[in-house]
Amino acid sequence: MLEHTVKSYEEELKLLDSKIAQMGGLAERQLTEAFDALEKRDPRLAERVIAGDAAIDSIEHELQEHVVTIIAKRQPMAIDLRQIMGVLSISGDLERVGDLAKNMAKRALAIAPESHPKPIITGLNHMVELASSQLKDALDAYAARDAERALSVWHADSKLDNLYNSIFRELLTHMMEDPRNIGLSTHLLFGAKNIERVGDHTTNIAETIHFLVTGRKLIDDRPKGDRTSSTLIKG
Amino acid sequence: MQQLDAGSVQVLTSLKSSTAQTIGEPKIVARDVSVYYGEKQALFDVDVNVPRNSVMAFIGPSGCGKSTFLRCINRMNDTIPIARVEGKIAIDGQDIDDPELDVVELRARVGMVFQKPNPFPKSIYENVAYGPRIHGLARNKADLDRIVETSLQRAGLLKEVKDRLQEPGTGLSGGQQQRLCIARAIATSPDIILMDEPCSALDPIATARVEELIDELRQTLTIIIVTHSMQQAARVSQRTAFFHLGVLVEEDETSTIFTNPSDQRTQDYITGRFG
Ligand SMILES: Nc1ncnc2c1ncn2[C@@H]1O[C@H](COP(=O)(O)OP(=O)(O)O)[C@@H](O)[C@H]1O
Ligand SMILES: [Mg+2]
Repeated sequence: MLEHTVKSYEEELKLLDSKIAQMGGLAERQLTEAFDALEKRDPRLAERVIAGDAAIDSIEHELQEHVVTIIAKRQPMAIDLRQIMGVLSISGDLERVGDLAKNMAKRALAIAPESHPKPIITGLNHMVELASSQLKDALDAYAARDAERALSVWHADSKLDNLYNSIFRELLTHMMEDPRNIGLSTHLLFGAKNIERVGDHTTNIAETIHFLVTGRKLIDDRPKGDRTSSTLIKG
Repeated sequence: MQQLDAGSVQVLTSLKSSTAQTIGEPKIVARDVSVYYGEKQALFDVDVNVPRNSVMAFIGPSGCGKSTFLRCINRMNDTIPIARVEGKIAIDGQDIDDPELDVVELRARVGMVFQKPNPFPKSIYENVAYGPRIHGLARNKADLDRIVETSLQRAGLLKEVKDRLQEPGTGLSGGQQQRLCIARAIATSPDIILMDEPCSALDPIATARVEELIDELRQTLTIIIVTHSMQQAARVSQRTAFFHLGVLVEEDETSTIFTNPSDQRTQDYITGRFG
């Protein structure tokens, strides 16, 4: 694409990209470290993740201020307008990913003294790996303004939903086997839900990128993969 | 004259045979309009439909032919000796080159407002009364007074000038002068107004007044506005046409042009990426 006649405008827009990359990198790291803290039952790492969320929030604030200034100064149009709106939306999603990582770290802290059921941790590990690679793909698609890649990220979210559904069922069984497991299992279930929600934010990001690049919305609703809201335990 | 496509022929003939205009039919239909200044071609095969009771914005870099095309619509190019116009333009289905059509009458129906407010060196009253008088639109003095008053009223200027109608129009502020020119343009009850960068010499408040006025006039008129301000085009128009090097590159709903234009040249221009 041609550059803007006004060079400083070009630089202002590039700054948005670098802030998104920075924020995305942090969110990815927070997510994997939150899970590490849970897996390794490491309260100090969990504390660090909890404290680290503030950095993501502050980049989001910087981005918002920056966007307000650009709108006031430049009155962006077309692709630039879509980028600015996209940046706001993506940074909102990344900020939520940060919150979810922080929430998982809090749970890691709460259950650190207890021993975790191995198969569940393995399942969660899969989920985190998938969620963070999806997030990374989405961020790469943003950097490359690649609508195709965003679309494949968008489609891939169902895998994460499937993993979540099976962990959900396993944890139910675990709880039914012995009511003393309920406290721990509930934390793990919320942990799994947190990762599944990260997937949803990644999907939002993919939709935003698709719109930013093509100017068209991904309209047909992605089939909802989390079926647990309609699952009931029959005693 | 060039060959017309089937659609526009139909528009031309069907409109001509009926006096009552159907809402859905375009006010102005242009087909294959080309303009030459001597050897140099300034416009290339412009096709466009301008819907009635709406505002269409013409945007594009200087020299791309916006004013040239505007001048085709009221045949002002006839007054430029070296200009030659080809193609077809119809208003309400009537060919504006029809020999039966009176050009003076055409210009009364198609008003024009220019970049620099250009009131006549006469009183405010005379500026507005001039058109209706030469076109014989008023039966008597009371009638003329009424036309002047309603025109000033519609142009949003009456309150500011009603106690000094006999003072010279040139004594008004820039913004007031421009609204006086708009009052003058609407005094002959045109159904189209062509505005060529009407706000480029005005301050933001005066500009806002004119934009407000355009929005009101649209209820009863069809307006084309040439503007260099994308924001102005986005604010006042329903449709926008982008011209580049004498070619109408793209014409679409204004919201589409400014959020997701189809043509790369449009995109580059409106985002400030032009060479
Ligand atoms: N009266 C004229 N005589 C000769 N050339 C003209 C005349 N008016 C306009 N042109 C030429 O026609 C082209 C289009 O001009 P114009 O319609 O005024 O563009 P715009 O209004 O988009 O700035 C330009 O190259 C300009 O130099
Ligand atoms: Mg011009």
